Amino acid sequence: MFAYIVRRVLYAIPILIGVNLITFTLFFVVNTPDDMARMHLGTKRVTAEAISKWKLERGYDKPLLWNTTATGSAKLTSTIFFERSMRLFRFDFGAAEDGRDIAREIRGRMLPSFALALPVFLVGLAVNISFALMLAFFRATYLDTWGVVFCVAMMSVSTLFYIIGGQYLISKLWHLVPISGYARGPDALRFLVLPVIIGIVSGFGTSARLYRTLFLEEMSKDYVRTAKAKGLAERVVMFRHVLRNAMIPILTGVVVVLPALFFGSLITESFFGIPGLGSYTIDAIQAQDFAVVRAMVFIGSVLYILGLLATDLSYTLVDPRVRFQ
Amino acid sequence: MRLMFPVALVLALSACGEVWNDPYPAATRGENILFTAFVQRPKHLDPVQSYTEDEGQFTQQIYEPPLQYHYLKEPYTLVPLTADGMPTLRWLEAKGDAGREGAAGGTQSVYEIRIRPGILYQPHPAFARDAAGTFAYHDLSRARIDSLRSPYALALRGTRELVADDYIYQIKRLAHPRLHSPIFSLMEQYIVGLDAFAKRLDSANAELVKRRGAEAWLDLREFPLEGVERVDAYTFRIRLKAPYPQFLFWLAMPFFAPMPWEAERFFQQPGMAAQNLTLDWWPIGTGPYMLIENDPNARMVLVRNPNFRGEPYPSEGAPGDAAAGLLADAGRPMPFIGQVIFSLEKEGIPYWNKFLQGYYDFSGISSDNFDQAVRVAVEGEATLTPEMRERGIELRTSVAATIIYLGANALDPVVGGESNAAARTRARLLRQALAIAIDWEEYLSIFANGRGEVAHSPLTPGIFGYRAGRAGINRITHEWRNGAARRRSLSAAQALLAKAGYPDGRDARSGEPLVLYLDTVGRGPGDKPRFDWWRKQFATLGIQLEIRETDWNRFQEKIRKGSQQLFILGWNADYPDPENLMFLLHGPQGRARGQGENAANYRNPEFDALFGRMKNIPNSPERAQLIDQMVAIYQRDAPWIGGFHPKDFMLFHSWLGNVKPNNMARNNLKYLKMDPVRREALREAWNQPVLWPLGLIALALLVTILPALASYRRRERKVARPPRRVDAA
Repeated sequence: MFAYIVRRVLYAIPILIGVNLITFTLFFVVNTPDDMARMHLGTKRVTAEAISKWKLERGYDKPLLWNTTATGSAKLTSTIFFERSMRLFRFDFGAAEDGRDIAREIRGRMLPSFALALPVFLVGLAVNISFALMLAFFRATYLDTWGVVFCVAMMSVSTLFYIIGGQYLISKLWHLVPISGYARGPDALRFLVLPVIIGIVSGFGTSARLYRTLFLEEMSKDYVRTAKAKGLAERVVMFRHVLRNAMIPILTGVVVVLPALFFGSLITESFFGIPGLGSYTIDAIQAQDFAVVRAMVFIGSVLYILGLLATDLSYTLVDPRVRFQ
Repeated sequence: MRLMFPVALVLALSACGEVWNDPYPAATRGENILFTAFVQRPKHLDPVQSYTEDEGQFTQQIYEPPLQYHYLKEPYTLVPLTADGMPTLRWLEAKGDAGREGAAGGTQSVYEIRIRPGILYQPHPAFARDAAGTFAYHDLSRARIDSLRSPYALALRGTRELVADDYIYQIKRLAHPRLHSPIFSLMEQYIVGLDAFAKRLDSANAELVKRRGAEAWLDLREFPLEGVERVDAYTFRIRLKAPYPQFLFWLAMPFFAPMPWEAERFFQQPGMAAQNLTLDWWPIGTGPYMLIENDPNARMVLVRNPNFRGEPYPSEGAPGDAAAGLLADAGRPMPFIGQVIFSLEKEGIPYWNKFLQGYYDFSGISSDNFDQAVRVAVEGEATLTPEMRERGIELRTSVAATIIYLGANALDPVVGGESNAAARTRARLLRQALAIAIDWEEYLSIFANGRGEVAHSPLTPGIFGYRAGRAGINRITHEWRNGAARRRSLSAAQALLAKAGYPDGRDARSGEPLVLYLDTVGRGPGDKPRFDWWRKQFATLGIQLEIRETDWNRFQEKIRKGSQQLFILGWNADYPDPENLMFLLHGPQGRARGQGENAANYRNPEFDALFGRMKNIPNSPERAQLIDQMVAIYQRDAPWIGGFHPKDFMLFHSWLGNVKPNNMARNNLKYLKMDPVRREALREAWNQPVLWPLGLIALALLVTILPALASYRRRERKVARPPRRVDAA
């Protein structure tokens, strides 16, 4: 297994370089260093000298990818791409364009994102699996039919609607929790109740319906019939056999998102005023802060690769037939 | 066990107090605290760099320049803040480097500013000294710095008296090579020796960085600046190369607020910047408030500066202020509010709802909430809806010192026509026709809920030279009928268009339809109604309008290159002087030619000559006459095809007092007063938790689950069907 992990980590290096290159290209197709300077210096009374000075200080006066004026390896290394992107592999994120330390900012914002995403993930998973198991258990009854209709209705509504509707009903009309905001420590609980509920509700329809399909597929297999023929109770069949065997496809979708829990939710964080990484990324894109954008994309890629690796490793836990070669 | 989570949740919520939805800690209840919001994290809190209103709401409560705007008087009036009186002005005849005193109107002007003795800085570790009298925290170890999260984590605090040297130090910082002061390029044109000083600093800084690293402190006290002179401990002079009466307005901005050298020395210690401990993050001032918590991702907290001298509340105001109760606190020492909590609120809906729940003390109104809050009468008067009145909410409106305009690029052959006199006339008539046809009143009604005034000139209300009513209307586009300005009929526009050579929107020579192009920044699908409206306005004259939608960067690039045709831009006045609006049409400041702020690249020698005379004379009948002439030229030439001045609507709760909008005075928090007891009572009344929906939800779940459980139990207990008996025949 160790060799497998090492091989996968090595595969990740060209992927990360590629992601960096694509991010860099996309960013600089839309923005030039001059645009970035103007964005940071403001629109009033900005002179060409101030722009040149801003670029010089941050190394944006250099060519993007290839420095024809340099010699030797400096043709490659004395460029914006090399200087700004390659140090990411040392997890050195440097400073944002406004001079503030990115790593420090990420550390500060990771916890609020995690505090929101973890309960949404865990409670959501439990609720969705339970509901899907119930529908599978009562398959072809009125409960199953109306349950599926309910799921389809839930998945047809946009997340934004749930957020606005939830804030309106639960906070504005019923006054049960604060509409938005965040506090550090245990006080965070009352700010997280509503976004967590909304996070669970908004993902409920899609996931429950998917899991129901997976369970039904398992229930039609021979081993289930055999288990029932042995006289096992329906509950035992469902939880001990069907659920366990349906875990492989569930894990594929679930484990891969585990590392991304730190990454936050873009819309929810913004609407609920939660100072997480999702809103950090959105703000950086709006502010044309390349330093933050590249750092967040890089971290996102690393987390995604880790998630995929964790998914593969988790298969061995739920399916003894899986071997790494 | 099953009930543990809901019970714990209800207990946790109950522990919050009588109301469950209060977003603030219980300790803040009933306290003299102002709750407000910020929508965008500030980029700069260093007064030499900060320029936006978002930043001003923090910096202007902390930093004190020598002057300020009177909070109540109308029109805008400058009054001393830390200065002992208004600056005195002397004229000099420049001769080489030396100046010789001369008569008024000489080539150099000298402002002498005397500040009041006894003003103290806020308590701060940068001033703290140990028992031996040396600075306690100017040489912190790297380990100590790495453990710091806030400068206020350091135990010792100190202060010192404000002196003239602090203002001089700040003026020098305008040229600091590691800072980007947005007004440096302007000030180097005026302050004697600032350009040479900047060059000296540049080379000194390069050498210092080479020797001691990028974080080494550049002590500006070692570098003299020719145009700034210390007279005594409380007096300094600023020498300007040319007459510049508007300089006084700059003296009311944080760019000219004092900066103690100890602050720079403290924050310039190696390692501080990596901990976000910078002057750009942690201001140090003499103002009524000090920033003690800076978490721009969640909240910023200002508390009363215990060393603040207690500036008295104004005892004079505009007519009507006394009747409105705005002079009731005359002479009382400010600030009245002990603490200000700013919470980050990026989205409009939560912001508005929290205001209605009483968790924000004041709010603006977005278009989405306008109908809920305000009703506009036929005469245009805005009043609150019964729902707002019931809650005791009050409304104040004010016209912003801002102009939004539809510009026509003078460099464009069709709408500018600079190539020859005939083309110029044709383009002018076309612009005049458009200025009549584009119904800005309708635009404001549809897209701004009537929150704005149609602009008849570049000047905004409240600025010297602005004329209201009949005298101020643009007679090309409007006429005075039934006591109000009415837009001229479309036939007048059509006649002008025909005269321009485009009868019915077609080129009389070629018969081709006239197609015009509007360059604008696209913001998404929501733009469509606006774009349709624009097309419809041009279509009334038979003109086809093509909208060239682009992003902000490309739009700016087009403006810089002068390749746009029609465009929409705006300008917020830096200070209330006609020069700061008229310069937007000053020829030498054309954007494409000189990278100035004249985005229309308009150039009229007559206008430029009048501007040159107007800008340097004090407000007087002569100046008013010059402005009238300039406005007449503007109306005739129509370099901007109309525009409007946005109107700010501010709502505030009944427990907040002394509220008066002032578009120039951003240091307004010190004037506000609060009745926290009333706020607490109303918050409780408005936010009682409604519990029946929880019961209803629980019931609905039971109704769903119970039949399922029953069905499950039935299935579990069901016995296998007995085998059918087969009788042998």
